[in-house]
Amino acid sequence: MTTALAVPKYVPVVETTDDCPAVRLSHVSKAFGRPGAGSVVLDDIDLDVAPGEFVTLLGASGCGKSTLLNLVAGLDEPSAGTIDVPGTRPSLMFQDHALFPWLSAGRNIELALRLAGVERENRRPEAERLLELVRLGGAYRKRVHELSGGMRQRVAMARALAQGSTVLLMDEPFAALDAITRDVLHEEITRIWNERKLTVLFVTHNVREAVRLAQRVVLLSSRPGRIAREWRVDLPHSLRGESAEVAALSTEITEHLRGEIRRHVQH
Amino acid sequence: MSSTDTRPAVSGRAARHDGASAGLDTLRAGLDALEAGHAQRASFSQVLRAKVLPPILGVVLVVGLWQLACSLHLASPEKLSSPADVWHALTLLWSDGTLFSVIWTSLWRGVTGFVAAVAIGTPIGLIVARVKPIRAAIGPVLTGLQSLPSVAWVPAAVIWLGINNSAMYAVILLGATPSIANGLIAGIDQVPPLFLRAGRTLGANGLRGARHVLLPAALPGYLAGLKQGWAFSWRSLMAAELIASSPDLGIGLGRYLQNQREFSDMPGVLLGIILIFAVGVAIDLLFFSPLERRVLRSRGLLAAR
Repeated sequence: MTTALAVPKYVPVVETTDDCPAVRLSHVSKAFGRPGAGSVVLDDIDLDVAPGEFVTLLGASGCGKSTLLNLVAGLDEPSAGTIDVPGTRPSLMFQDHALFPWLSAGRNIELALRLAGVERENRRPEAERLLELVRLGGAYRKRVHELSGGMRQRVAMARALAQGSTVLLMDEPFAALDAITRDVLHEEITRIWNERKLTVLFVTHNVREAVRLAQRVVLLSSRPGRIAREWRVDLPHSLRGESAEVAALSTEITEHLRGEIRRHVQH
Repeated sequence: MSSTDTRPAVSGRAARHDGASAGLDTLRAGLDALEAGHAQRASFSQVLRAKVLPPILGVVLVVGLWQLACSLHLASPEKLSSPADVWHALTLLWSDGTLFSVIWTSLWRGVTGFVAAVAIGTPIGLIVARVKPIRAAIGPVLTGLQSLPSVAWVPAAVIWLGINNSAMYAVILLGATPSIANGLIAGIDQVPPLFLRAGRTLGANGLRGARHVLLPAALPGYLAGLKQGWAFSWRSLMAAELIASSPDLGIGLGRYLQNQREFSDMPGVLLGIILIFAVGVAIDLLFFSPLERRVLRSRGLLAAR
């Protein structure tokens, strides 16, 4: 980011150097309800995300992936364990764009800039720049309902970036979009990740999406959510569309995901 | 968990995939063009036909039926004056020069009382909506007060404050404040939790959250409450003016109505009713409805009709 947007909400526990993870979860557990009797959603999660890394969290419904993202975003507290996110509060994108309908697209971004402590005179130009970045240069004055689903998610992406964090958390942001729009947005997010050197933690239940986007795919088991397996995807994004290797990996991961789901059959 | 950088080399990728990404660009532009909503504004003649003509026809129909009832002598002329008699009463009031002073006396009281009710009802609504123990204690009382006819407060207000403007304002406040507070509470209750989460992610907590997220999100419900609050203000005031009589109070619409009853002036009584109705409707049509439509339209909550 060109503008300084630092409103430190998290006291940096470790120095942010390239050796330190951008997100570190150590022995993180989360239970809802009464201690002991409540249901355990996340159990002893250890996960490091390196600066600039693109990680997808994959899992069936009820594996606690959204809960995990809420914990990292600071919207909720873990029952046990620690979460370190050095630097500013991470940005979070939801499945629903969550743009405020009483503001125009540009004003939504300006509000995020304002809450991040950006000076008034810098907000408008910065908002325009962010809209350009998501290729919606002319949409400043557009109301949310005047935008298509894909455009809304792009504005939401710009708003998330306006927070000034290099860590972007995405909670199934493209799940409600049609396949062609999703393809376009996959291209956008990898481009922006590249340009802005973002660290992305991306939650999805879609194996193809996970393999297409990530450098590392983390599979969570369900009830309680634990890290079941990890895969690295070293192929450049541009080659993944037609790659047989990626297709084989998708098949393999799908098998594991199905296996995780089958474990829950009641006998 | 090794974290070697596997970021692909940007240059190599761009060179290889110029064609593909240009294809995606036009694809994206096409999607944007296809899916973006197109706001259409109705033309003047459409507005005239769809919105202006029907209410005028409605009024003409009512007056026509009224005239018919008079012509057929369905009731004696002392009980049912003809539209022409009422028109005559209106011209009398006009030539007296009292028409506007009568309307203004009531309207001024109604509007001032309403503004005061907004100033009191809004913070009450905000606190009751957001503070759980207070809600448990006061919420049911507010709802109950809303169903209590405010005319019931007139005797008490007169005893506490005397027959004067203060009593009028007290009745308006007691009538309108609960509606306004309840409107805001309902508006806040209907704010999607996602907005609040999004707000917190952006760093809007506490007062900043209330200002930038909670209150704007609750605006449609609040406006509905204001609209109802105005209706309650106006009703309460008319009830108070009808009941409380004193030279200090001047002649408002309610007083005019009561005076004409005492003179057994049926056209005047009907005129009073019509004027009270007209003022209430006019404020709604000129102020609240446009405001509400504007807010709803800007949020895409109103289908273009």
